[in-house]
Amino acid sequence: MRMWSGWRRWPLVSVAGGVIAAALVLLPLWFLVVEAKQSGWGEVRHLLERHEVAVLLWNTVRLTLVCTALCALLGVAGAWCVQRTALPARRLWGVLLVLPLGVPDFVVAFGWVSIDPALHGYLAAVTIMTLSLYPLVYLPVASALSNLDAGLEEAARSLGLSPWQAFWRVTLRQISPAVLGGCLLVTLALLAEYGAFEILQYRTFTVEIFTEFKLGFDTVAACVLSLVLVALSIAALAGEHSLSGRGRSARSGPGARRVAPRVALGRLTVPTLAGLAALSALALGVPMGSLVYWMLRGSSTTLPSASILSAAGHTALYSACAAVLSTVLAVPVSALAIRHRNRLTVLLERLAYLPMALPGLVIALGLVSFSVRYALSLYQSAPELIVAYAILFLPLALVGVRSSMGQSSPRLEEVGRSLGARPASVWRRVTLPLIAPGLGAAFALVFISAATELTATLLLHPTGVNTLATQFWAYTSELSYGAAAPYAGLMVLISAIPAYLLSRRMGTLAGTEPRS
Amino acid sequence: MSRLTVAELWKGYAGTSVLQGLELEVPAGSLTAVLGLSGCGKTTLLRVIAGFERAERGSVSLGGQPLDDARTYLPPEQRSIGYVPQEGALFPHLSVQQNVGFGLARRERRGRQVAELLEMVGIEQLAERLPHELSGGEQQRVALARALARRPQALLLDEPFSSLDASLRTRVREEVHALLREQGITTVLVTHDQEEALSLADTVAVLRDGRIIQHAAPAELYERPTDERLARFLGAVNLIDARFERGTALTMLGALALRGEQPLGDSTTGVVIVRPEQLEVRASEDGAAGGHSTPGLAGRVEQCRYYGHDALLHIRPEQPGAGELLLARVHGEQALAIGTRVTVAAHGSATALG
Repeated sequence: MRMWSGWRRWPLVSVAGGVIAAALVLLPLWFLVVEAKQSGWGEVRHLLERHEVAVLLWNTVRLTLVCTALCALLGVAGAWCVQRTALPARRLWGVLLVLPLGVPDFVVAFGWVSIDPALHGYLAAVTIMTLSLYPLVYLPVASALSNLDAGLEEAARSLGLSPWQAFWRVTLRQISPAVLGGCLLVTLALLAEYGAFEILQYRTFTVEIFTEFKLGFDTVAACVLSLVLVALSIAALAGEHSLSGRGRSARSGPGARRVAPRVALGRLTVPTLAGLAALSALALGVPMGSLVYWMLRGSSTTLPSASILSAAGHTALYSACAAVLSTVLAVPVSALAIRHRNRLTVLLERLAYLPMALPGLVIALGLVSFSVRYALSLYQSAPELIVAYAILFLPLALVGVRSSMGQSSPRLEEVGRSLGARPASVWRRVTLPLIAPGLGAAFALVFISAATELTATLLLHPTGVNTLATQFWAYTSELSYGAAAPYAGLMVLISAIPAYLLSRRMGTLAGTEPRS
Repeated sequence: MSRLTVAELWKGYAGTSVLQGLELEVPAGSLTAVLGLSGCGKTTLLRVIAGFERAERGSVSLGGQPLDDARTYLPPEQRSIGYVPQEGALFPHLSVQQNVGFGLARRERRGRQVAELLEMVGIEQLAERLPHELSGGEQQRVALARALARRPQALLLDEPFSSLDASLRTRVREEVHALLREQGITTVLVTHDQEEALSLADTVAVLRDGRIIQHAAPAELYERPTDERLARFLGAVNLIDARFERGTALTMLGALALRGEQPLGDSTTGVVIVRPEQLEVRASEDGAAGGHSTPGLAGRVEQCRYYGHDALLHIRPEQPGAGELLLARVHGEQALAIGTRVTVAAHGSATALG
């Protein structure tokens, strides 16, 4: 019997890790509720009235809907042009269309506003956020299009459909899960965004919450409004879920999948190229150009600051710690969800994905409330910031770890055991090397995201310590654009390189059979 | 070499019993095939023997040492049982040499021993390759060498040849068979391919509904299956009405000697199995149509399936009330056109179904 329990020790380690992950995810949410409950229902109603919740709701919802629709349009059109037409320089366009993803939204907003300070309000917000977020739709759709079986469209054509009808009735149905998934990411990003809207002077829920907490010092009001924001995010999540449940996604039968022939654009080539060039110029050229402009001007007017090195050092340190923590937590969660699949572990996995719907601001507020009540020494300390990052980006780490965990088959571990290796040794010699690429991807994804995170960082960064994001924000608030630009430049550099690598990996993956 | 004994084994998942009191005895040094349809519990049996799953009831022992029973459970790494899973399951991040050396102590991994193993399975030139650079047959050989490296007392093969394409399968099968003979290792081979089981194994155990329903030498199994379902599983059959008389079956094909004992005393009726290759078919001469010069049953070819090395004829007996179509396996060059009139005779002996 003792031997038997030895065989099962590894799941126990996983269970402990999974419980910690679940507790961390639930902690901030729990304290929001505690905070809101203390104030009582009447107070909550009063707060909601005082903050013109209806106006905030209208601002947030109309921006989110229009922006998401525009992103879907741009993302699908761009992906189709790059993946399915005989466009000149397709690979270059493929990279250019993804790169805006590497520029944090608040840097994009900074880029535009620093050129034309008159840019603010609804239309500016819609335009700039669309330009900044459409790659979130473009990426999954491009990948879905390149994996699509050409046979389906050909079958539709042979049944008498025109190319346009075939696209509408067959192709679009097949890629709709990718479109919906991308739209969900756009919606959640819009709900969570603070920096860009602050710069553009557009009042959404998140901006209001931040202002209330940071300037009004009203924790209760901030927590109550946060709960409304969480409800909005969860509504978006549920909406995507119910819509994507309806379509049957690609399930091709046996036989080789073929890559579809590319559509010749003919006379449309020049207008298409012009459109893509305009998109890239607006989404990438303007913010980058303005950054470079301010960096050149800035260096001539102000001395290069030594603090940029210290800020970069702190950013790297916090981001790396958070990336390690997130990745370590993601391993047991995905191990349990894949290897020991049951109702409980599936719930655990869903829970771990929950922070996707939780704006960074909400998680930060929850942690602030926790530390103020129970652990004052943690308030605005480096560990608290790192934990906040780790919770916030746990879903990204899961995406990275899960795919490679799925590829390391339990069969291989069993063979290792039958060859005389003990469980710990099998883990070290078989499992770990196999999931290492996934761990690397998870680390990189979390690192980039943490390095360019603004909202939670503003709330939680240790007093007196600045990161790239907070220092950039401080200078931008003082309208010292020249001083702010180098900080933004460094952040863009940190995140643009992995974004480029990601798009290249997508390119090489296209046309290879996904592993079952 | 050690004898492998599985006694009264019960194992199930989520309320359904997969193995229900299974008994299996594998003599030391022999190769036993466990034959069954997919989903009948073959893989579960191997997994319990290897120690990846624990038996619910019953016991597994090797060379008299209990591996799994009510009181003991030896984890897989302490069992000295080699395991070759379906499709090989080579470690994708390790080279051929590292795969084969995985179970060896650190200092032995680069030594003479690994080289000998690679040589034994005939892939010494592939030592530095990674698994994805190997063909299916090569992968199987690496998996086998890896399992044999620790000189296990028993070896388990889970459908080792099913992923190979037909031309390669026969060759790899022969090579593996020769190697196992040479090593004289107690082996359990699991398969759903009756041809593979019959041609490779010393004894074949048929697994159905969680139990072994028959365990016998290949020839005996083929000639004397316990029931009709098993008879059909092992190959095409003719079931023919017969009257039994003093060790003989009297059928429309004439008198056939009965194999083994007659089922129900003297002078009763029943059904006998006659395999298609026992039937001899001759085309009736055109002139002799209706004549009764040649002995045997007159009939007409209704269908002819041509396979190259042989052909399977479906023959409708002309005699009214003779019943079903007869299946006859003839040489390829003897394939006859549909409609040809023939006479059919049987040779060899028949088995009565109980």
